[in-house]
Amino acid sequence: MRFIDEYRDDRIARALIEEIHRTATRPWTLMEVCGGQTHTLIRQGIDELLAPTITLVHGPGCPVCVTPLALIDEAIAIAKRPDAILCSFGDMLRVPGSSEDLLMARAAGGDVRVVYSPLDALEVARRNPDRTVVFFAVGFETTAPANAMAVLQAARLGIENFALLVAHVLVPPAIVAILVSPGNRVQGFLAPGHVCAVQGWREYEPLAREYRVPIVVTGFEPVDLLEGILMVVRQLEEGRHEVENQYVRAVRRDGNRAAQAVVAEVFETCDRAWRGIGVIPKSGLRLRAPYRRFDAEVRFPREGAPASESEICMAGAVLTGRVRPDQCPAYGTRCTPSSPLGAPMVSSEGACAAYFLAGRPPAEVPA
Amino acid sequence: MCLGVPGRIVEVYTEDGVRMGRVDFGGITRAACLEYTPEADVGSWVVIHVGFAISVVDEEEARRAYELLAEMGNLEDIDLPQSPEGVRAEDYRPGGPR
Repeated sequence: MRFIDEYRDDRIARALIEEIHRTATRPWTLMEVCGGQTHTLIRQGIDELLAPTITLVHGPGCPVCVTPLALIDEAIAIAKRPDAILCSFGDMLRVPGSSEDLLMARAAGGDVRVVYSPLDALEVARRNPDRTVVFFAVGFETTAPANAMAVLQAARLGIENFALLVAHVLVPPAIVAILVSPGNRVQGFLAPGHVCAVQGWREYEPLAREYRVPIVVTGFEPVDLLEGILMVVRQLEEGRHEVENQYVRAVRRDGNRAAQAVVAEVFETCDRAWRGIGVIPKSGLRLRAPYRRFDAEVRFPREGAPASESEICMAGAVLTGRVRPDQCPAYGTRCTPSSPLGAPMVSSEGACAAYFLAGRPPAEVPA
Repeated sequence: MCLGVPGRIVEVYTEDGVRMGRVDFGGITRAACLEYTPEADVGSWVVIHVGFAISVVDEEEARRAYELLAEMGNLEDIDLPQSPEGVRAEDYRPGGPR
């Protein structure tokens, strides 16, 4: 396919790898923020081809992984209500809640439906006027315009039995949280290309300046990632710390203004808890007052005891790049994609699943 | 989650007051919301995420950037993949969409 196949050309990839090795005069540690990027890097073995000069640590850019346990439990509780239908992206169904997951809720009779787009969930609502249809709105800035449009359409068309269970998170506050965390070793970032397709990169410019880190907006194919890494390494070697754009075919500095306008109409920023990490100030989105009637947490107030996490799972340390997935003592033994302890082993964007699916053995020295 | 797939618009229509389109991904077509890419029309390449076009592919920028990469990889001819066969001939505009 055009705009994909040519960015998988191994001749270009090899040339880029050589150029990265030629350019780096000392070891550097980079973080790719997005879980989609992590999967490409691990599946292609790019991290191993660049070691030991370049260390890639994997970021928190897996919305499924960072959705708090309490919200997963809330989704499960909604799914079990006879007066509700829970619609979700397929990724969420096997994420462990405190005692079960959405797939188990469905097996127990809950109405859980996998949709491709939030507009599909809106259509489910239109066809089931006697039940409340809740869409589990997880995602970063990339997904917010789609969810905002679904709410806007529900309001315009008078589909009042539609609601969002909002778990939206934002990338720049997470980057700051990583940079200020004790023991941070990330020296440069590959920023997520599709988040920036929506948001542009203006909000990354003060971060690059203030924390003196190069940030390169990067695409998702192997050649994209290698070029992004080379651009970060060049900046580090030259002592620069700027925002640059590798993903020129899809990202502009101002992003997508039409999408930003609708997101701003429907959502406002709020503090949000990240699973495994904790509350990050101003790191999430919630529905603005005029649209709060579409908030599933308002319609179905939360019940039950606060949830507690698995004591073995190291998802928080993995999500912030402090521990590599294969260094977790449970990796590949007590925790596998078919029997996951934590969300990063489930999601198609989770770092633990990326390692497992690439057949990486447990590390010789566990964390 | 932030998966975005490039596809080519083959039809534009309005549904419930929203600008929609059919987008071709290498022979498979799907409906997508085009509300966020008002500048995109039949023939445009767009990046689709969860059923929404979030960005119009800048074909000129893509070619310029790729030529540099191809040079680096010592590619003798820049043999870019062609438009998928699923696109009807009458939808194709020489010189690309503008």
